[in-house]
Amino acid sequence: MAWQFYLVIKMRESIIMKIHYGTALGAVALVAIHILFRMTQNFSESLQYQNVIANYHLLPYALMLEVVLILLSVHGFNGLRVILLELKQGIMYEKMINYGSIGAMAALIAYGSRTILMAGIGMS
Amino acid sequence: MVVETISKTPEVSVPISSDSIILRISRFNSETDSSPTFAEFKVPVQKWTTVLEAILFVKQNLDHSVAVRYSCRQASCGSCGMQINGKPSLACYTKISELNSNIVTVEPMHNFPIIRDLAVDFKQMFATHKKMKPYIMREDSELTTGTKEFLQTPEDVEKYLQFSYCIKCGLCNSSCPTMATDASFIGPQGLAQAYRYVADSRDDGKKERLKIIDQSHGIWRCHFAGSCSHVCPKGVDPAMAIQLLRGYLLGFRK
Repeated sequence: MAWQFYLVIKMRESIIMKIHYGTALGAVALVAIHILFRMTQNFSESLQYQNVIANYHLLPYALMLEVVLILLSVHGFNGLRVILLELKQGIMYEKMINYGSIGAMAALIAYGSRTILMAGIGMS
Repeated sequence: MVVETISKTPEVSVPISSDSIILRISRFNSETDSSPTFAEFKVPVQKWTTVLEAILFVKQNLDHSVAVRYSCRQASCGSCGMQINGKPSLACYTKISELNSNIVTVEPMHNFPIIRDLAVDFKQMFATHKKMKPYIMREDSELTTGTKEFLQTPEDVEKYLQFSYCIKCGLCNSSCPTMATDASFIGPQGLAQAYRYVADSRDDGKKERLKIIDQSHGIWRCHFAGSCSHVCPKGVDPAMAIQLLRGYLLGFRK
């Protein structure tokens, strides 16, 4: 895990920004598919417990939700990192922001994946 | 920030008429003052009087202690950049008649440390400019025996010509919203200079310069507000240079 952290911290800014733009485009496309799926039935109906759970039981759809989770987490936390870096500068502060945002991103992905997995195998 | 106003009585008599204006000059000494104050002076003007001439009138006749940096008086040296009625401009290049106001307020440029009154410290901007390696980088030379001058087509020159007009006045950096919060940001001046040499067909230092600007406080922190291009007195378009440089880094341009 430590070497992965190191790799991300040492990544060139252009690579990070390519990931940032790529995740944004990917998220827009997949969230659009997600919204289109809501339109296959009445909106309030699509939010009913058994219908929501049914999404997670369908493997391709659950995988798509997992990808959306990863894309939005990476894009969102990198965006937050950029805002915080522009707000204040300093070696310690910047290190804290870089490591903090990667940590928060990993934590959110882990928690979201756990939710998707639990709902998928019927543990909810 | 507390701003006081001090009115100065002119030692020379200036007739009160429509041909005079109130010039408000920001006064601040970084060694003694905690916040800037404004001093007001009544200054006679003609339709061709520039803001710099009005400031120099104050220096010669009313208060010689006003600190201002200037040199060429023809928008070539880039010394007299300041906030004029809230907009970053060159004092020698701004006529009072075009401001359409009887009150002209001059302040030091934003995003620079103030030395005194209207004079700001350019140290960081010049250091960043140097960091961009503002010279042609290549192994051979026009001076080496047996070689000849590096020819360029008019199209080659067109790619970088406007960016070579930069006079390093700092107005672009002063108007940049990112520079207001991120003191480590390279800034539009440095980035436009990086592009000026990257786009030059005689230069071989593209890789090196792109590496310099590709850092956490580099080119990616530009929000494309465009105010740098808006205020440039020489018609340089740093915002465009930044977008073109991003094209190189994203792989759209070679």
